[in-house]
Amino acid sequence: MIRFILRRLLAAAPTLLAVLTVVFLIVRVIPGDPALVILGDQATPEAINALRARLGLDRPLHEQYVSFLLTALSGDLGQSMVSGKPVIEELVAVLPHTIDLTLASLLLGVVLGVPCGIWAALHRNRFIDYAVRIVSLLGLSFPVFVSGIFLLIAFALTWRLFPVIGTADLNDWGDRLHKLVLPTIALGSVMAAYIARVTRSSMLQSLSEDYIRTARAKGVPWRVVVWRHGLRNALLPVVTVVGLYLGILIGNSVLTEIVFNRPGLGRVVVAALTQRDYTMLQGLLVIYCFLIVVVNLLTDLAYGFIDPRVKHG
Amino acid sequence: MSAAPAPTGNGAEAAAIAEDSPAPRRGGLARLVGLFNANWTSWAGLAMLVVIVLMAIFAPLLAPYDPLDQSILNRLKPPSADFLMGTDAFGRDVLSRVLYGARISLIVAIAAIGLAMVAGGTIGLVSGYVGGRFDVAMMQAMDVLMSFPSLILGLVIVALLGPELRNLIVAISLTAVPPFARIARAPTLAVKERAFVEAGRALGFSHARIIFVHILPNVMSEVVVMGTLWLATAVRVEASLSFIGLGVKPPTPTWGGMMRDAFENILDAPWIAIYPGLAILALVFALNLLGDGLRDATDPKLRGE
Repeated sequence: MIRFILRRLLAAAPTLLAVLTVVFLIVRVIPGDPALVILGDQATPEAINALRARLGLDRPLHEQYVSFLLTALSGDLGQSMVSGKPVIEELVAVLPHTIDLTLASLLLGVVLGVPCGIWAALHRNRFIDYAVRIVSLLGLSFPVFVSGIFLLIAFALTWRLFPVIGTADLNDWGDRLHKLVLPTIALGSVMAAYIARVTRSSMLQSLSEDYIRTARAKGVPWRVVVWRHGLRNALLPVVTVVGLYLGILIGNSVLTEIVFNRPGLGRVVVAALTQRDYTMLQGLLVIYCFLIVVVNLLTDLAYGFIDPRVKHG
Repeated sequence: MSAAPAPTGNGAEAAAIAEDSPAPRRGGLARLVGLFNANWTSWAGLAMLVVIVLMAIFAPLLAPYDPLDQSILNRLKPPSADFLMGTDAFGRDVLSRVLYGARISLIVAIAAIGLAMVAGGTIGLVSGYVGGRFDVAMMQAMDVLMSFPSLILGLVIVALLGPELRNLIVAISLTAVPPFARIARAPTLAVKERAFVEAGRALGFSHARIIFVHILPNVMSEVVVMGTLWLATAVRVEASLSFIGLGVKPPTPTWGGMMRDAFENILDAPWIAIYPGLAILALVFALNLLGDGLRDATDPKLRGE
């Protein structure tokens, strides 16, 4: 297992390096001089040059690139051009809110999606199957901000069960969960829809395999066939999709955060873009990609865990 | 339409198309109707889509008011006989704006996905055909592009280039290039080993001719089916970017932008948000129904009945 993990880690390294390079280039090719943006049109050329020197923008590109890589790898993402505080500090402060929301949505997705998918697969082409397919298709047709706003209207106007907006106190678990409910429904229902669909088709495929027929022929009870032979083999594609959509989930949290006025990475992105805070933007992209590379790695490890053939192959 | 030999399969027409045909044997239209008939949801999706497209095209005839006309007297009016979907904070008719808003959604989605299909499809075809290190490098580049969450990448590109129709299209198409490259590459790898490609080479056809005349038709159906599904994604991303404030600039009506404006008065005038929200949902759902039905019909793994 350890060798497998190390191998996967090694494979993730070039991706991370490439991603860092792309981030570096994106931020450099932006039209406009960051120093000019920060100081405004009225600034003297001396002030602009001084700031450029302080930000390291006067050095040759390859020098900037090497120092960017070295500092990024050591966890230092520079200082925010707007607040002057270390970027990593500001990001770590809001990260728990984003992770809360992502994990809660993922959990909702799995708890709702996997059973629905199995249910539909076992009743193929019957009413339940059609219902699950149409409802899940509808679910993944909702842009997150639309479902968020619909929930907001429903709960703020009629039921008043959950707080519609607000920053949770990270140390108060009750408050944290309470404020998580609506955003989680908005974001998690999309995830549930994806998972239900993939579970259904993957389950259908695995139930049509020869080993299922063999198991039934030798008299294994249907229930055991479904759970032990069918589901276990159907899980791999589900894990792939969960891994893939976790990235989309992290991206979509931007919208949820705006609608429900929650703090998090997404709100920081929008703020950094409007204020042209390039170091913050660079740091954010690094963090996003880092999260996605980590998720991919975990997905790979989950494969090895579910299917021993992957580990040794 | 292609110099490819006839499929070896007989009888099981549909299975043959998916598994062992170098090019669709039946005419394009007949085959398309066959795909639609395999799944009634495709027809439902197509019908919804046609209605929305017609609404967008004939918006000037259908809209009861000018979508930009402001009226201080009619601010935040709830839905009534005069204003079927109510009015917004500037007294503009929500129904008229919803009708016109369909235009931006459709234009951006179709242009962006069309671009991504051509660019990604070409990358996938050439990469798969050339193979070797070139192929490995291209696919790794695609992986790197895919490791950015697409909404975030779109957000950053539009914010940096400026929120204009053209930049919106470029940003959304860029996020959709890698999946098209992947879907075009996979069948290319299999098809290029087939006898008719070898025959083409033996006859001295140019690589470009082999790729675009002989391999392309075999890849087309998968790319088009995925295109339909990605149209749905593009509509969603455009609406999301407009909602964040990075869409086509006001006062041009866009569904996402309308919801953004509605946010200020969400509790007093929820209809301003509800109708454009339902419009986005209807268009994305129609495209998903269409694409999903077609995919089921083309995917031999899902068929198996």
